[in-house]
Amino acid sequence: MIYDIKLALGYDYAGSAGAGRHLVRVMPLEVPGQQRLVSGEVRVDPTPDERRDGRDFFGNNLVEFSFRAAHDGLDLVMVARVDRHAVAPTEDRSTGFALLARDLAACRDLGPGSPLHMVAASPRVTPDAPTAVFARDLLRPGQTCLQVVQTVGRALHDHMTFDPDATDVDTPLDEAFAARKGVCQDYSHILIACLRGVGVPAGYVSGFLRTEPPPGKPRLEGADAMHAWVRAWCGAAVGWVEYDPTNACLAGGDHIVVAYGRDYSDVAPIKGILRVSGGQNGRQAVDVIPLAG
Amino acid sequence: MEAERRLFDRYAPLPGVPDELADSKGKMRAVWGPLIAHLSKLTPGEVEAAFAAGDQHLADAGVFFRAYGDTSAAGRDWPFSPVPILLPETEWQEIAKGLIERADLLEAVVADLYGENRLVAEGHLPAALIAQSPEWLRPMVGVKPRSGHFLHFVGFEIGRGPDGRWWVLSDRTDAPSGAGFALENRVATTQVFPKLYENSNVLRLAGFFGAFRDALDRLRQDTASRVGILTPGALTDTYYEQAYIARYLGMALLEGEDLVVEDGHLRLRTVQGLAPVDVLWRRMDGIWADPLELREDSALGTPGLMSAIRAGHVTMVNALGVGVLETQVLMAFLPAIARKLTGKPLLLPNVATWWCGGARELAHVRAQAARMMIAPALATRMPFEGSTVHAVAGKLQGVEDGDLHGWLTENAQGLVAKELVTLSTTPVYHQGELTPRPMTIRMFLARTADGWQVMPGGFGRIGASTDTAAISMRNGGAVADVWVVSDRKVEPVSLLTPPHAPFVRAVPGPLPSRAADNLFWLGRYVERTEGFARLVRAYNSRRSEAATELLLDSIRARLKAYGIDPAQGVPKGLLRTLAAAVGSASQIRDRFSVDGWAALKDMEKSMTRIARTAQPGNDAAQVMGVFLRKIAGFSGLVHENMFRAAGWQFLTIGRSLERASMMTDLLAALADPAAPQGGLDLAIEIGDSTMVHRQRYAVVSSRETVIDLLALDEMNPRSVRFQLDGLRARLNDLAHLRSHDGGPRVETLVHDLQAAMIGHSVHSLDTKALKAIHAGLLDLSPALGDAYLH
Repeated sequence: MIYDIKLALGYDYAGSAGAGRHLVRVMPLEVPGQQRLVSGEVRVDPTPDERRDGRDFFGNNLVEFSFRAAHDGLDLVMVARVDRHAVAPTEDRSTGFALLARDLAACRDLGPGSPLHMVAASPRVTPDAPTAVFARDLLRPGQTCLQVVQTVGRALHDHMTFDPDATDVDTPLDEAFAARKGVCQDYSHILIACLRGVGVPAGYVSGFLRTEPPPGKPRLEGADAMHAWVRAWCGAAVGWVEYDPTNACLAGGDHIVVAYGRDYSDVAPIKGILRVSGGQNGRQAVDVIPLAG
Repeated sequence: MEAERRLFDRYAPLPGVPDELADSKGKMRAVWGPLIAHLSKLTPGEVEAAFAAGDQHLADAGVFFRAYGDTSAAGRDWPFSPVPILLPETEWQEIAKGLIERADLLEAVVADLYGENRLVAEGHLPAALIAQSPEWLRPMVGVKPRSGHFLHFVGFEIGRGPDGRWWVLSDRTDAPSGAGFALENRVATTQVFPKLYENSNVLRLAGFFGAFRDALDRLRQDTASRVGILTPGALTDTYYEQAYIARYLGMALLEGEDLVVEDGHLRLRTVQGLAPVDVLWRRMDGIWADPLELREDSALGTPGLMSAIRAGHVTMVNALGVGVLETQVLMAFLPAIARKLTGKPLLLPNVATWWCGGARELAHVRAQAARMMIAPALATRMPFEGSTVHAVAGKLQGVEDGDLHGWLTENAQGLVAKELVTLSTTPVYHQGELTPRPMTIRMFLARTADGWQVMPGGFGRIGASTDTAAISMRNGGAVADVWVVSDRKVEPVSLLTPPHAPFVRAVPGPLPSRAADNLFWLGRYVERTEGFARLVRAYNSRRSEAATELLLDSIRARLKAYGIDPAQGVPKGLLRTLAAAVGSASQIRDRFSVDGWAALKDMEKSMTRIARTAQPGNDAAQVMGVFLRKIAGFSGLVHENMFRAAGWQFLTIGRSLERASMMTDLLAALADPAAPQGGLDLAIEIGDSTMVHRQRYAVVSSRETVIDLLALDEMNPRSVRFQLDGLRARLNDLAHLRSHDGGPRVETLVHDLQAAMIGHSVHSLDTKALKAIHAGLLDLSPALGDAYLH
């Protein structure tokens, strides 16, 4: 499926902001075998004094820009055409859960795709007992890794209530888990903590969902803003599998990947925005329109 | 008993423990002969007097020590043990060879970890440990340091084990501290043993620092740029040392917010605009250096620094990411890596270390736990007592009734075990005798054009008790100088220019904006403290007199408006203002005179003490008198001795602004027609102008005489006009620093205020006009900031 994607981010500063430097990760990723970036660009208004387009450690597309003079707001538009041909796995060839540790111990890879980055605590996902216990209680003998991911993901989805007002971008995952409320970011962080808690390498995926569902299918939660889901490493044989805990499904053709990281801090759409006291000051609009094909 | 060896003959080394002074047969090691003879010939009183000279030097220099978690800016006194640790040059050379080999090994390891990653791919290092280390900084992966090296300055903690061999106890690579302390301890020992030091062929430290400074200078690509020392700020535990070494090497001490990245280049914010910086000696841990790409919650870093590094426009000493070398578990793998790289075992072994993640290693650790310390593998230092769960000598600490073996099973992958080492002892002087205490030495290496140079000396640390387990050192103790003694004559070296060198007048670099800001506020706070003290004195001296209640009410209202409780003899609000002055000064220790700092600290100390006992009334009035004389002493010291450069201008602008502002405020209240009786005399007293008033006017005070003297007079340093003239002059001095054309708003504002004042007569300058001037003065501070301070 080919999609035309448009993301608009806007920030109004209450006072005038001084100089500023930003890192932006909003451009969809090229993922061999799954997703091709046909074209795309990021426009920034006002025009920054400096700009550099590059990639980060995980291979994500990155724009770094800065302003030297005071400015009273920032508008950013990303437009891209993406050919997404990934499909969710239909059969389970993943490693038996009991053998996952063996696969991991054999890994000597420190490259961006290595599962070893996603095992330990990361800046926003620190191991904690409640999530580990939640996941451990769902383990059954004979499960495959994919079954563990799906079982824990489904249980988490049932445990939580989607509530955009309950949390904000800085709410720690233990609070959201205790309150059983949150949005895709919270769902994803909690699932990552659950999976790492039982030894499954798990990371954060930011991206987009198609805005209108295919005929006869329900509209997915999270389509009106940037979305987040989880990727879990299911052993050396199948590698990474992506799971969307907010919608309790494997990620497939309707999910477009923007960035991979250990947690939100690695993939935040924009960094360096001054927090202005007095509530939210950001706007976000997303359109993901499928073309024929 | 020979007088020459009196102290040695009474010295009792601990049985079975190697000692630096006595060899294994109980004989005195030759290198100690002169020092023991020198001390033995002195009476205990003479020894104490000599030691006092060292302590006095350290106190005068303001050396302090801050324990972990202590957040006060002041810190504690320096725990200096005056008897140095002595090493023969030949033995030091052997140590130096081993440390150079180790520094090269660490360079090779870190270059591989951020480059080809062969050590991991070939199984010499477990990939999981690197991937999980918070110190392995992903943004640095693939980055080649501009200088060609990751490491330029490293420290190693070493100790002598039971077999007499030296061991490396820890590697300090990220932002090693202690070199400045070593230097300061050296200066102190030379005060204690001036003659002995002269005659003892002790290798000098200055050559090492000179070579390091030259090496840093050579790392610059832009010769117009500066070398800075990057500090996490005044609340870091080694800030004193950083400020000291910045002064010693003549480098700017910079904080993250002093710097900005433009077009991939690092720039310093100065009062003259942005100035290039392309080498930073980093005393800040790497993970804090850039909030955009490293720890996002860092308030200490510089956004974009990683970008400048990637662009190859800045050299970090050391490179970001080398903290991964401090990971405790790495020592388990270094000996084998060294053998693989060089084919030989390490000249200097490190403490035997095991990663519990391997089955064989874990079994060994379980069996030998009684001889080990077991702690988190990925930490960069071994835990302090109470900091985290760990095991010492087979006992789990930090949990109630912990089960060691269960804990090991549960956490094996994340644990490292280290052999519990015992240390050698070195003599310390205690109540007229020498007694043995365990010690370690931190050694320092600097990369120069000719390769690694090792500091001929070090930062000695001495245990608090006779417990020689290395782990007991974490309970604190004392510090000592380390003398490397040569058989040959040692020529004195100094960082001062040799006499035959051509005369060059050093041009001071531009003043960093943050330093200017702190100087400005120091000037303001000191002046404000003085103003408060005058008001408090005037109030307390009138309480017992026949002053009208109305006048006392009016002063009380003024004090309260300033946040000062009139009921307190030495009000807390006054001490807070003084503390703010000390706080500003503490941010700029590297550019503030040692005497000025001592005077300020002394003032704070004595006022805090007196505040406990001072009674309201005459007692308080008298205390304020003493205090005012101390402030005058401080101001004199600063203004008489400070170079008339930009720093002085900002200090003086702060003082003038505050004085003018307080005086207009005072006159608006006390010279108002509705002011209570006695208000005019009070204003004259606070304006310190009683004598002049009497001589000049020979009449009782009137509104006209007071306004004339305290507002309009251009000769009276207490008058508003005088201060406005001063502000104008200082701003003119600063004008030549401006990089851009067109006078900034602050100049217009001061010009207008001065013109208004000149245009006023004693009649036109009524309360309303005074308030307008006061409001104008308040606008100056932000306008000055806009013009110079960012």
